[in-house]
Amino acid sequence: MDQIILQVINGLDKGSAYALIALGLTLIFGTLGVVNFAHGALFLIGAFCAVTLQRILNISAQTVDPTKTDFLGNPAVIKTPYVELWFGPEMGAAIIDWSVPLAVLFAIPIMVAIGVIMERGLIKHFYNRPHADQILVTFGLAIVLQNIIKQFYGASQISTPSPEVFRGSFDFGVLLGYEANAIIYPYWRMIYFAFSVGIISAIFAFLRFTTFGMVVRAGMADRETVGLLGINIDKRFTIMFGIAAAVAGVAGVMYAPINSPSYTMGMDFLVISFVVVVVGGMGSLPGAVLAGFLLGIVESFASLNEVKSILPGIDQIIIYLIAIIILLTRPRGLMGKRGVMED
Amino acid sequence: MLGLNKRDFRLLIIVLLLTLGTPFLLQPFAEGTELAKFNAGYPDLMQRIAIFGIFAMGFNILFGLTGYLSFGHAAFLGVGSYSAVWMFKLLSMNVIPAILLAMITAGLFSLVIGYISLRRSGIYFSILTLAFAQMSFALAYSVLTPITNGETGLQLALSDPRILDPVNNTGSLPLTNIFGLEMNAAVKIEMLGRLYTFSVGYYFSAAIALLAFYVSLRIFRSPFGLMLRAIKSNQQRLSYTGLSTRPYTLAAFVISGIYAGLAGGLMASMDPLAGAERMQWTASGEVVIMSILGGVGTLMGPVLGAGAIKYLENIFSKINESVLQSWFAFLPDGLENTVVWVFSRFTGDGWPLTLGLLFMLVVTFLPGGLVEGGQRIAKLFKRDKVKPDGENNDEDGAKHKPEPTPRVDE
Repeated sequence: MDQIILQVINGLDKGSAYALIALGLTLIFGTLGVVNFAHGALFLIGAFCAVTLQRILNISAQTVDPTKTDFLGNPAVIKTPYVELWFGPEMGAAIIDWSVPLAVLFAIPIMVAIGVIMERGLIKHFYNRPHADQILVTFGLAIVLQNIIKQFYGASQISTPSPEVFRGSFDFGVLLGYEANAIIYPYWRMIYFAFSVGIISAIFAFLRFTTFGMVVRAGMADRETVGLLGINIDKRFTIMFGIAAAVAGVAGVMYAPINSPSYTMGMDFLVISFVVVVVGGMGSLPGAVLAGFLLGIVESFASLNEVKSILPGIDQIIIYLIAIIILLTRPRGLMGKRGVMED
Repeated sequence: MLGLNKRDFRLLIIVLLLTLGTPFLLQPFAEGTELAKFNAGYPDLMQRIAIFGIFAMGFNILFGLTGYLSFGHAAFLGVGSYSAVWMFKLLSMNVIPAILLAMITAGLFSLVIGYISLRRSGIYFSILTLAFAQMSFALAYSVLTPITNGETGLQLALSDPRILDPVNNTGSLPLTNIFGLEMNAAVKIEMLGRLYTFSVGYYFSAAIALLAFYVSLRIFRSPFGLMLRAIKSNQQRLSYTGLSTRPYTLAAFVISGIYAGLAGGLMASMDPLAGAERMQWTASGEVVIMSILGGVGTLMGPVLGAGAIKYLENIFSKINESVLQSWFAFLPDGLENTVVWVFSRFTGDGWPLTLGLLFMLVVTFLPGGLVEGGQRIAKLFKRDKVKPDGENNDEDGAKHKPEPTPRVDE
């Protein structure tokens, strides 16, 4: 039983990342009808926003301390980050320590801007072209963005630690009456899960309870009619693209402490998040979220040793296997509407 | 001749001459000059161009003719490579059985995957093939290690049985050959200050590529090819006339799978090892890029695309910062460093970035690829000749034709 609980909660953090990326993909597909292969790259850029902010905060003033010498006998150079000079040593150290959560604020405007530029500059010209062309051009864009990141940050993984407070683990088992250390779960993963639930609810609330969201939903249902009513639906869809980019971006920022970002992480997540979207049902927002968490949990169950001993290698392929079965038996996915992208 | 009409036969002859002359064509600059780095006439690169040409030709039969965009073709190439290396290990170092087995296994593999994937079309088909390819990749890396040798990749060993070959007492690994003629044997001729290399490996790959080109030419001109094009333009209408399109698409899928297997087998014949990374989806993306860049749906396009990409890849990775520095040495110092910095982002390590940009530009502005580009330029020259004698030129005529309606899959 404790194993089952452990696998469920283990699956939640990966599932949260899948759900957030798939949610953004679905938002773009539902509003603009574009299959965006560059969405993984947006997740990647988000993660590197965290890296960038961490580097900015660590820019240091160098002072020479004549009283001390380094091992060569030269006067020691002491580096003090500017934030520590400006805000005092304690406050400054705290700011640096909290660089990942702060990067969320830093990333949102950047990601929205990137999203809007992407939509206005590139994807706008592809609305009337076949889906294959949209896939190809966004695939090209993904390669470009990934390699820009590689050119600036190198190919190795860059460690971006979470704040000191969250580095430990939480002992779940004790709460449920198991012995100590039976079910432990890192704090940051809990925060990631809570964060993604918050973002997902915010998106749903935004679409459900605001006038803007209502117009967007109407536009998703029937773009032409909304346009005929004199509403500038294109502008709203552009903003939705920006929001979808921001969702992928903040998902990337918060994921940085879980898995040190490197330039390939976008492509790694892209394939899986497409599978998530298809399993959830093309164009269905609740479907994307549900499938994201579901696949995350299923994947973590498949990596149990008991399962692996019966079906070796199942942990590697389970997600693809599920996608194939779903596509063949129920092509519109778990919660997809009939007729969306079906033949 | 050969079941072709005059025009196609001429095309075949041109391609034949080009492949024969490749060692000359790719070696235009004298050895030791500044421009010598643009030469590409050495066997390794020429073989790669021929092999990737075959791979792209096969992909084109599927995507170019039927419009089904597969993102998993590298899986067939990988399977071909593995089976070829196994043949080298168990049977003989002769490449013929290895390539035959590579084609057979890739064909069977693509039959299974195609049978399942072709039940869906559009984006779903792409994702299904992607899922299958990723599954093969993951399995080759982990569980199938006894067959694929996992991360290290499958390699030859001295202890391999090789039942048909004479006992190997030399203590070094045997080389791939075709009836005794070794693949890396080469004749080098120095002429006009240039070193021309005529290698067995290249001419062997080129002969097979030529054969593959001939087959794809016949497919393009056959009623079967016409049927595939009909599927691309309107599958629904075909179904309404009572035709089942599935056998046709499946046949196209298997043919392109066999082409990929052939390319994989050849790759292993030139360098007898096989690794799982050949099956990764980014490798499938590469063949997509090649076909699109050259001109998808045209006969020559994919081969041109494969050649252009492999050639540029080779050139770009040679241009490092010191080369750039020598090129821009005439600029003032501060400017020089900036220019060199900017250019070095796109060369050397930065080649994928350039490739991505190039690919985006082609998809956006030149959907027909290099072939369409060539046609546009040719048209430009033609129009200049026609213009003086009247308004009745091409552009005017084109306006009266119905605009092709954008295809929307929904």
